[in-house]
Amino acid sequence: MSTTAGRGALVSGGSTTAVGAAGLVLGLSSIFGGGVHLRIGWLLPLVGVRFDVDPLGGLLIALTGAVAVVVGVYAVGYARHEHWSVLTLVLLPTFVAAMILVPAAGTVTTFLLCWELMAAASLALVLADHRRAAVRSAGIVYAVMTQLGFVAILVALVVLSAAGGADDFATLATRGGAVASGTRTAVFLLTVIGFGSKAGLLPLHAWLPRAHPEAPSPVSALMSASMVTMGIYGIIRIDLQILGPGPTWWGLTLMAVGAMSAVFGVLQASVATDLKRLLAYSTTENMGLVTVALGAAALLSASGAPTIAAIAITAALVHLVGHAAFKALGFLAAGSVLASSGLRDLDRLGGLVRSMPVTTAMFGISALGASGLPLGAGFVGEWLLLQSLIHAPTQGDPMVALAMPLAVGAVALTTGVGIATMVKAFGVGFLARPRSTQAADAHEMSRGMAVGMGLAAASAAVLAVAPGVLGPVVQRVLAVLPAVGGDTAGPHLGAMLRLPGIPGSMSPGVIAVALVLAVIVAVGLGRWGRSRRPAPADVPLWACGADELSPRMQYTATSYAEPLQRVFDDVLRPDTDIEVSHFAESRYLIAKVTYRNRVEDPIERGLYAPVVRAVGAVAERVRRAHNGSVHLYLAYGALGLLVVLLVVR
Amino acid sequence: MNALAAAGAVVQVAGVLVGAPFVVGGMRQVRARLEGRSGGGIGQPWRDLRKQLRKQQLRPDGTTVVFRVAPAVAAGSALLIAAIIPLVTLGSPLDSSADLFGVVGLLFLGTVALTLAGLDTGTAFGGMGSSREITIAALVEPTILLAVFALSLPGHSANLAAIVSATLADPAQVLTLGSVLAFVALVIVIVAETGRLPVDNPSTHLELTMIHEAMILEYSGPRLALVEWASGMRLTVLLALLANLFLPWGIAGADPSVLGVLIGTVAVAAKVVVLAVVLAVAEVFIAKLRLFRVPELLAGSFLLALLAVTASSFLASAR
Amino acid sequence: MTWIGAIRRAGRIVEPAPSAPSDRMAPPAGVTGSLQLRHVDCGSCNGCEIEIAGAFSAVYDAERFGARLVASPRHADGILATGVVTRNMHDPLLNTLAAVPQPRVVIAVGDCAVDGGVFRDGYGVVGSVADVVPVDVEVPGCPPTPAQIVAALRSVTGR
Ligand code: SF4
Repeated sequence: MSTTAGRGALVSGGSTTAVGAAGLVLGLSSIFGGGVHLRIGWLLPLVGVRFDVDPLGGLLIALTGAVAVVVGVYAVGYARHEHWSVLTLVLLPTFVAAMILVPAAGTVTTFLLCWELMAAASLALVLADHRRAAVRSAGIVYAVMTQLGFVAILVALVVLSAAGGADDFATLATRGGAVASGTRTAVFLLTVIGFGSKAGLLPLHAWLPRAHPEAPSPVSALMSASMVTMGIYGIIRIDLQILGPGPTWWGLTLMAVGAMSAVFGVLQASVATDLKRLLAYSTTENMGLVTVALGAAALLSASGAPTIAAIAITAALVHLVGHAAFKALGFLAAGSVLASSGLRDLDRLGGLVRSMPVTTAMFGISALGASGLPLGAGFVGEWLLLQSLIHAPTQGDPMVALAMPLAVGAVALTTGVGIATMVKAFGVGFLARPRSTQAADAHEMSRGMAVGMGLAAASAAVLAVAPGVLGPVVQRVLAVLPAVGGDTAGPHLGAMLRLPGIPGSMSPGVIAVALVLAVIVAVGLGRWGRSRRPAPADVPLWACGADELSPRMQYTATSYAEPLQRVFDDVLRPDTDIEVSHFAESRYLIAKVTYRNRVEDPIERGLYAPVVRAVGAVAERVRRAHNGSVHLYLAYGALGLLVVLLVVR
Repeated sequence: MNALAAAGAVVQVAGVLVGAPFVVGGMRQVRARLEGRSGGGIGQPWRDLRKQLRKQQLRPDGTTVVFRVAPAVAAGSALLIAAIIPLVTLGSPLDSSADLFGVVGLLFLGTVALTLAGLDTGTAFGGMGSSREITIAALVEPTILLAVFALSLPGHSANLAAIVSATLADPAQVLTLGSVLAFVALVIVIVAETGRLPVDNPSTHLELTMIHEAMILEYSGPRLALVEWASGMRLTVLLALLANLFLPWGIAGADPSVLGVLIGTVAVAAKVVVLAVVLAVAEVFIAKLRLFRVPELLAGSFLLALLAVTASSFLASAR
Repeated sequence: MTWIGAIRRAGRIVEPAPSAPSDRMAPPAGVTGSLQLRHVDCGSCNGCEIEIAGAFSAVYDAERFGARLVASPRHADGILATGVVTRNMHDPLLNTLAAVPQPRVVIAVGDCAVDGGVFRDGYGVVGSVADVVPVDVEVPGCPPTPAQIVAALRSVTGR
């Protein structure tokens, strides 16, 4: 049994890696070589299937491929440990292949086909562990929302291709500007809804914090690092490239949606106690930031500042890549913790730094990236984004002058709370002392999982200190996005990051080296007077004079985030209960205090619940019409036929 | 950039290293005098540092490498900031490698290191201090980024030398709305990030009221010395930065002479002394805020900053 | 501005420093003028606490000689123990001393801490501080005056 499980895991992980590697090669070759074109006429009746990979698609393909390589290596160990079913083993590489095909699609029909394949594969993977009720409920939410999103995309793309008179994106891109403005608006709104829900943007994010935590961790990594970026890809392709440049309000809409998603996502993440849910909300946050960048690019190019727009779109691309690296790593590390201890609950984790040092280091690198601090993979993207926002020319357009400071405020709030969130996730989850026996018994998982995480960590580190590696790639991608300033000289990404026309530069690599040197100097300062010191000693923790501190006295994730929760009470709307029971003898003697604190998603409660209730009520009505009686059904049939005959007469 | 500019940067680092304990001592001395005491003298922090560096290193059970390296990271980040920012000269060789966003990031890197160390001990007070510190940091960062926004508008750059040069070229801009706002925001940030009244009381003995101190309760001997040194350096660096962003006169140019470096050193030292005295005097008149009033202060300053930046940007566009 | 007026009216409250005590011990870690202490109340009547507060007040200002009270024993160079050692405070006293990094001093303040004082024969009493941990400096008196406490602190700080 175990050998077959092992072989299955090896084949599945291996083929995932192989598909990923192929994607990486395909992506890079289509960025740097000419485009890749492929037409398979027989596959789909009438229109056939057609793939055209341009540098933009190539970037997404390479990104997905790289994530898949890492996840494949990791999945070999993970799938064996978790005894994945054959279906799950087969679906993993299928899902990766579908994701690679989405940005490769050259026509609307091919795109829709691949999109649906990707959605179906991911849904089946989310349901891998369908014996748990939480997984099934997450699966239902995901299925409904992803299909509704698909409907929006389907309608939008069909309308677009009808209005543009072509099925392929290349032709549509030349005719996009000529589409009637009403149609353009409709397509824009529908695509923002459809692609936004895939990218986890507000208010259609609800599936994300449910499905990502419940999916097996390698799948979560693929979904959070790759699949959500397909939503961003859709927005770039349809709204910025084909339809763009749009009117000012398009950019403003994107910025508003992005800013709300970023702030809301990070606030939810900051109070989340489930490690994977926290990472999922952080995905919403980061996709929000990317969307702010896209919106800024659209707005700036519409208001005549293409060079700054190019900085914004560069920020979006760089942050997409950086996010993929640190988020994949984060989910893989969380997966190792889950596989080893069975825990996702930060309130019960802790102390992993001693029992799982490698995983702890990996999560640390991921958290540093997610916090947007220097030396982290998320720093350069956020830096570019802020630069594009603060250097937007405010003269002339009052909308720009209003939007930019507000966006800076939203981004600033997001990064501030993001730091707190990641300190909480890493510090409470991995440092300190174990808060439960499961956490105390955790141990490092298999070599393959460590290697997979190591690859992701290495790429995150490279992106953090040498973002210049992305320079040539971004340059090629910008060239195919003339609508958002891609034809101007974009920012120079090298060892030194320079912005066109703006004095000022930044070098993460130099900062990293200088910081290491400075820390060495500081360590040297700490050695001063060493010869006179008594020998160091190991001592118990200071317990204010008491004999021992129990791990239960530590701060938990809930208590750690409590001050923040208080500050953002109005947005988070926590549900807090304090029950005090007294002794019968006197109400001044307290027997027990129960404190319960739950933070639910207020949008889910306020927006989704009424809709679900309404749908339920309608369904209840409709249900009365089919009561199981064959006679009634025959009568319906007769009636229907009659109506049809009357209509066609 | 030339050799003298590099020498100027070295002077900055050395000056902050040596001067930081004196700044802390001077502020305590001012406070002591206003309270009618005679105080320990401005050399007291240096005496404490030297003594701590000769004391035994205690290793609390269960603490990890995070606890061990955090003081060095905090001190190292402060030193690096001292090397980057224009204190003595505009020509620091590192100026082009990090702008104000990078400096803010480095500052928070130091904060994060110590908050993680507080959690790493696994004590109740460590976690408590860490939670409070990071909450304050989370609210301070947005304000400081908005201040950066306001500051980088006149020079069209977030690089520090460019901002300072722009102020030197056009002194009147110090009095614009955005600039005044940035000043206020930066003062609040400095007070909050260096743990001073009314946000935190650096001389409290009561664990439950602590913020910064609670995180570092487990440190002893040389590591404690580094933590104290680092917090003194952060305070000094931030005061010096505040001084030079708004009153840059006296600073040596990008290509300084020996005399220029000398004048720059004296000028920045004098400015820091004045600011430190003003801050210390102001602290005598205020009490510590209740912990949950602190976020209100910080959130309020963030909103005010946002309002002012938006307003000034909007007005600029109307012009 | 009433505060400024108050500060001006009060002026310097601190009393002039008497000459340094003659019998000094070597300062901890060999640095004069720096002594951080963690205060441990082993079972005092709080009379000594009031006098300690007096010693660190504006009038006596022990801080000008380099002494300071700190919250964590890890930051301290020793402990300032007051009162007889009661059964409940026996272990905490030992724990606190163990938490202080070497080299460290123990200063016993008040008759109770020195030899048990009026509470010597109490049923819950273990003994004087010296019965539990080695004491370096003793400050007799019930309670000792702030001046005596300051003199004892100066004999350690060497200032
Ligand atoms: S020495 Fe006197 S004042 Fe001090 S604790 Fe004992 S009884 Fe109280």
